[in-house]
Amino acid sequence: MSDTYDIIVIGAGPGGYVAAIRAAQLGFKVAVVDRQHLGGICLNWGCIPTKALLRSAEIYNYMHEAKNFGLSVKDANFDIKAIIERSRGVAKRLNGGVELLLRKNKVDVIWGEASIESVGVVKVSPSDRAAPPKGALGVGTYKTKNIIIATGARPRVLPGLEPDKNLIWTYYEAMVPEKLPKSLIVMGSGAIGIEFASFYNTMGTEVTVVEVLPQILPVEDAEIAAFARKAYEKQGLRIMTRAKVVSVQKGADSITATIEEANGTTRQITAEKLISAVGVVPNTENLGLEKLGVTVERGIIKTDGRGATNVPGIYAIGDVAGAPMLAHKAEHEGVICVETIKGMETEPMDRNKIPGCTYSSPQIASVGLTEAKAMEAGYDIRVGRFPFLGNGKAIALGEPEGLVKTIFDRQTGALLGAHMVGAEVTELIQGFIVAMSLEATEEDLMHIIFPHPTLSEMMHESVMDAYGRVIHM
Amino acid sequence: MSINILMPALSPTMEKGNLAKWVKKEGDKVSPGDVIAEIETDKATMEVEAIDEGVLAKILVPEGTADVPVNQLIAVMAEDGEDAKAVAASAGQGGNSAPAAAPAPAASPAPAAPSAPAPTMHTPASPISANTGKIFASPLAKRIAKMNGIDLTNVKGTGPRGRIVERDVRAILSGDAPKAASSAPAAQSAAAPAQQTLATSASSDSVKALYEAGSYEEISLDGMRKTVAKRLVESKQTVPHFYLSIDIELDQLMALRGQVNSSAPKDADGKPAFKLSVNDFVIKALALGLQRVPAANAVWADDRILKFKHSDVGVAVAIEGGLFTPVVRKAETKTLSAISNEMKDMAARARTRKLRPEEYQGGSTAVSNLGMFGIKNFSAVINPPHATILAVGAGEERVVVKNCQPTVVQAMTVTLSCDHRVVDGAVGAELLSAIKGLIENPMTMLA
Repeated sequence: MSDTYDIIVIGAGPGGYVAAIRAAQLGFKVAVVDRQHLGGICLNWGCIPTKALLRSAEIYNYMHEAKNFGLSVKDANFDIKAIIERSRGVAKRLNGGVELLLRKNKVDVIWGEASIESVGVVKVSPSDRAAPPKGALGVGTYKTKNIIIATGARPRVLPGLEPDKNLIWTYYEAMVPEKLPKSLIVMGSGAIGIEFASFYNTMGTEVTVVEVLPQILPVEDAEIAAFARKAYEKQGLRIMTRAKVVSVQKGADSITATIEEANGTTRQITAEKLISAVGVVPNTENLGLEKLGVTVERGIIKTDGRGATNVPGIYAIGDVAGAPMLAHKAEHEGVICVETIKGMETEPMDRNKIPGCTYSSPQIASVGLTEAKAMEAGYDIRVGRFPFLGNGKAIALGEPEGLVKTIFDRQTGALLGAHMVGAEVTELIQGFIVAMSLEATEEDLMHIIFPHPTLSEMMHESVMDAYGRVIHM
Repeated sequence: MSINILMPALSPTMEKGNLAKWVKKEGDKVSPGDVIAEIETDKATMEVEAIDEGVLAKILVPEGTADVPVNQLIAVMAEDGEDAKAVAASAGQGGNSAPAAAPAPAASPAPAAPSAPAPTMHTPASPISANTGKIFASPLAKRIAKMNGIDLTNVKGTGPRGRIVERDVRAILSGDAPKAASSAPAAQSAAAPAQQTLATSASSDSVKALYEAGSYEEISLDGMRKTVAKRLVESKQTVPHFYLSIDIELDQLMALRGQVNSSAPKDADGKPAFKLSVNDFVIKALALGLQRVPAANAVWADDRILKFKHSDVGVAVAIEGGLFTPVVRKAETKTLSAISNEMKDMAARARTRKLRPEEYQGGSTAVSNLGMFGIKNFSAVINPPHATILAVGAGEERVVVKNCQPTVVQAMTVTLSCDHRVVDGAVGAELLSAIKGLIENPMTMLA
């Protein structure tokens, strides 16, 4: 393989492997380099295996509620090892799927640590992290016309709270506990923190969530976050906001966190484990970017919205190209980037239309501006709300807790944002994303026929509520 | 051969109009010169005359249809001897049979129509469907276009497959979007600034919410009301107004007017050939004043100033449901009697909405007179792109002090509204004092 590639993608996460496949579809000769796993964190240690864990928790919870449905379950119990085994199995299966997809599209896989020698030259050195998949190319120097950096991100580490794989966990350890901890402190209430909190809480662990900001799920609409908080607390989750872990003391098999609250008082909480979920930082080191003069600001590679960096021939997508650090954003950026390289007409990504989902119980899903952000942006808004309580399907499902909130521009009827909390809302949100992307106005949304009986009817009702036409409330 | 009747362009800048009325019905025989339909533009109602002979076979756009794009097929005529029913039947098919190479409109009283925005077939860049004439625009783009009176026919879409999306309409609103290459040079005079909107007023829903349902009657807006609203909002939002007032004595003018009117030649019925009004003098004084202060005879044109040689003076004429401002061209060269008679004619036609667009477009200034209502003094809103407007109050007897003695004089107060981008304070004051001089010494206007 001495020929020159058209594109080498560094990183086989959701951004990287999707970009590679799209590039192959467009007729490019393409390779993807990874040092650890095809599918990246998302597929191996993030999005997917956590969904498997949360599914177990959900079913376990149903078992407890069985009598509400006229069913009986005796001795509802679980085997944490089996739950984790299933989760790992799901990740492994999809990991194998990515391998197949790459092969099918004739994308070369190069195994090892990549660095950029110079524009057009990628040096791959051995990786000590994992064995290469079958048929992967090895270490060496590869020539390519274009380089796409898609190296993702890793957990942010706060000084004094460095993960130790024992008492202080990151999502890696939290995903594969040897046994269920009796108590747990979760530091950070973003999607990752809340999902683990929700999982462990459901499985019976005593969980305390500590958030610095006044609101859990800080990027979500305040009303939705408050609604979710109530629901979590009802399930026994302990939540502290405006609270900061200032120090920890490690014991033999416990950890004591000193937490400073808003009023200046401190309190100590002891738990078996502490999960640090205070965000992620892009992997932009050791790639040779400084040497090449690629502009990197606070660890984030600057791009033009279509993946191009300031250095011709070098592109960046996904987490390394900035927030929100989400798989679907990375995938979309990867496609835009490759199509731009191909010379196709592309649209830079509209950051306002990137949805966010949290798979706790209840789920959270949102797209667009929150009520506060919309007002801050100077919009005169109309807000619609519809509770799960008013929806027949939700009642039949036994899921009466939730809210669908829509925010419109009063002047134009443009849908500015949609925010939901409740069962299955992560599957509903795409309806609003399609509407926003096609620039539907409230009138169009009201004219759409939503099937009955579905949870989606609440989306319709929320829109109608914004215009004083709600039916079932 | 059937004859296609297309929506005529009544002025070079017209992009769409309302089909107000079909004077002829399907099956009617039509001779050249017959009025077949009435078209309402933003201000005028125009008659469409037939230029061919035949039978009106099929009406494709029913009367009362608003915003019909220029060159859209509105009806089909069967030529003499042709079977009208067959023509009607074939016209009924295919919706928009307007051929791509648009022939000369069958009925067009206006000067050359703008080059037809021929429906471009199969090019993804064109948002207009060749089959249906439907404009491919997102709902939001359509909504914002409607709110701001933007015609999407010639807007270039930048969305997928040339779809017009919100940003395309926003770009036009902010004034930095090219329209499609095929569009007529529509950005003349008022058109460009008219597309700038700084703020929009409250929606009808939010206004209605303030009143008890049933306590009001809803009146839909006709073309004139929309235009008046749009242009005056535009004026107040984009034109930096300032106002200058001055008192003008009228004794000499009234005396002269009496003399001139009484000496007007009379026709066989004893009707005088003219009867000058005070307003006629004001028009003439403003026209001559602009010649003396040429800096004020100019308009703002975005990146430049247009300075005029002649004084074209608009005169506001109130009519049922709105107003017109017909323009007296080269008013400085016309005699008072000519101005007077021209105004009488235009005012009469304004009241029946029969003014041609070219009769109310252009000019650098206007006169608005509310003296007949006893209004003492007021400030008028500039009618863009004019740079000034002279608001004339009532003539009345006033006590003034002259040579330390109270004296009774006839006087009126006039207020000049100025667009500060064109007319600075001193220039406006100079113009106003020139007008005062002319009116107080009216003999100079007879020269």
